[in-house]
Amino acid sequence: MALSRKDLLGLRGVSAAEIAEILNTADLMKVILSSNSKKTPHLQGRTILTVFYENSTRTRLSFELASKYMGAVAANMSASGSSVAKGESLVDTARTLDRMASDVLILRHPMTGAPNLMAKHVRASVINAGDGTNEHPTQALLDMFTMKEKLGGISGLNVAIVGDVSHSRVARSNLWGLTTMGAKVTFAGPPTFLPPELAAAGCRVTECVDDAVREADVVMGLRIQLERQEKGLFPSVREYHKLFGLTPERMALAKKGALVMHPGPMNRGVEISSILADGDQSVIDEQVTNGVAVRMALLFLLTRHNG
Amino acid sequence: MKTLIKNGTLVTPEGLRKDDILLSEGKIEKIGKDIADGGVEEVFDASELLVSPGLIDLHCHLREPGYEYKENIASGTRAAAHGGFTSVCCMANTKPVNDTAAVTEFILSKARREGVVRVYPLGAATKGLKGAELSEMGELKEAGVVAISDDGKSVVNAGRMRLVLCYAKHFGLPVVNHPEDPDLVGDGVMNEGYWSTVLGMPGATRVAEESIIARDCMLAELEGAHLHVAHVSTAGGAEIVRQFKKRGARITAETTPHYLYASDAWVAGSSGEAAPDLDVYDTSTRVNPPLRTEADSAALIEALKDGTIDCIATDHAPHHLDDKNVEFAQAASGISGFETALGVSWTALVLPGHMTPEQLLQKMTRDPAKIFSLPGGVLEVGQPADVILIDPRAEWVVDVADFLSKGKNCPFRGRKLTGKVLATWVGGNCVYKQKENAQER
Ligand SMILES: [Zn+2]
Repeated sequence: MALSRKDLLGLRGVSAAEIAEILNTADLMKVILSSNSKKTPHLQGRTILTVFYENSTRTRLSFELASKYMGAVAANMSASGSSVAKGESLVDTARTLDRMASDVLILRHPMTGAPNLMAKHVRASVINAGDGTNEHPTQALLDMFTMKEKLGGISGLNVAIVGDVSHSRVARSNLWGLTTMGAKVTFAGPPTFLPPELAAAGCRVTECVDDAVREADVVMGLRIQLERQEKGLFPSVREYHKLFGLTPERMALAKKGALVMHPGPMNRGVEISSILADGDQSVIDEQVTNGVAVRMALLFLLTRHNG
Repeated sequence: MKTLIKNGTLVTPEGLRKDDILLSEGKIEKIGKDIADGGVEEVFDASELLVSPGLIDLHCHLREPGYEYKENIASGTRAAAHGGFTSVCCMANTKPVNDTAAVTEFILSKARREGVVRVYPLGAATKGLKGAELSEMGELKEAGVVAISDDGKSVVNAGRMRLVLCYAKHFGLPVVNHPEDPDLVGDGVMNEGYWSTVLGMPGATRVAEESIIARDCMLAELEGAHLHVAHVSTAGGAEIVRQFKKRGARITAETTPHYLYASDAWVAGSSGEAAPDLDVYDTSTRVNPPLRTEADSAALIEALKDGTIDCIATDHAPHHLDDKNVEFAQAASGISGFETALGVSWTALVLPGHMTPEQLLQKMTRDPAKIFSLPGGVLEVGQPADVILIDPRAEWVVDVADFLSKGKNCPFRGRKLTGKVLATWVGGNCVYKQKENAQER
């Protein structure tokens, strides 16, 4: 099977069947990843470019390894944030890369909607590797893959997502993906980190982390950008950890065997305490491995569409 | 040159009436039944059509001098005529800024030589729109500005705004402020609310607009100056204007066709029924202030009806394709508005029965003329022959390729509108006439 879409720009509007197809394919990819010889010919002859206007070593590496394990030609292009404002327009850059016979363009960009703009102007498939404060669909797919692997399924799960929801693309992609797959999502954090009218998008919203964590099957911490303190979004790291951080005491309110997740990189002792991050319930390391499997699956399915 | 328009339905403040109208020597010479066509060069049969005073726009951007690649006086005034406007007031945020008499004179002389409709410049409130030193309003007035505005940005400093109002009052000039608190807007690029949350976009709260409207109303009341509130986009903004008008402050206000008809859902690509969907994050929906909610549109319509909002202005803001074919947050704000203003307003107001044709046209002719004390706006013998023909039943689909404006930035493209301008006369000269073959129903 293949996906019926050219691009993956976000999980909003992606059907349950498509998500299931990606997660099922990722199962196979994980088997390959776990073997001694990680080479498959699935992407032989394909060219995959990572185009990052914003640094993210781990996401880029994950995509590059996924491409290489499957035999693709992988290359990368970086552009600093300031060149966005001054240099060549995104549309021109996209067209140039497209003419270099690339099959997939993987875009990380500081502005919401940039992958949509790029996708409109290229033949290649575009994968959103994080746009502004909007979405990071492959992160949510790997989160869902991990939940499915550890808990047997997604439908009916209570998932608590805690932290800077306003600025988190991980939060939004998980909201769309998880609710489509039948999970219940609760967001929690200080009010300065919760966007307006979020509950109308089909989730629960609370300013009380204890409430969110209680009876949860999965508790996900979100990275806090420490610069937000200067902008007045929270007064201090100390208070943040005390009132909104994930701690073993709080985690005790969750269901027995609940998973602790985090998209990384972590601020230990701020949004999550080390004891929890390194504890039995943590699947944070596994998320990283699963990220490669999910990206392999997605690249395979999208390039099959390209035929 | 004499032009006779026969059997039209004339739009007058007293209502509609069927009459002939004779334009001669730049003036309206005669209105009445069965005017003889002796010595008349052109006769129009306007049965089935409305004959209205030309539309008057208090708020547009002609972009000349400085940004001629976006628009110039020649293209902008032709676009205005295409949309039925016979007088337009252009904002001072040109390059150089219209903060000196020399720039005002340049605009007026260009308009005389290359323009086809009447152009009335606004002068800057502060030098270079920097919000600091007052502009030379006295000289600007002598050179011909009709009002004062730093539009494009707010005069942020309240003390400075007070001085602007106080000084402009001395010259009898209305002050137009673009209400926007930049700190509250922050990185916001669309209305803060459900859709900004769903789309993952930095939102701009309505309070950024409303707090400045409230502040300006208080300062205008304090100074006894005439404040004209630009492009009201929120229910709360309209309510503040309503309260201050009740208290007797000298406040007038405008809104634009797009705030009456479009909402922030359009940024998500869901632009209502009977229209092709826009792309999600389509930059043609980026405008400042941002498109708000359907509830705001409804409140603005009420405010127009009860007179809280005095008139409809276009905020015609043409941009080059290169300024829009970029990431949403990078895109220039604004809609090229002249050529859809009447159709959008008609479709939003007259079609659903919120207003009669004559009520709507009053908001686009006589009422704006009064606010800036401009000539025209009524069909009366002796008035300038600024007249338009409107087909009130014409249904048409917006095609930006037909725009005479250089700015093709328009979220209404592909949309079916009702109400179309068929011809425009300025001072008795026909400056726009629809091609016969284009007249499809
Ligand atoms: Zn403005």
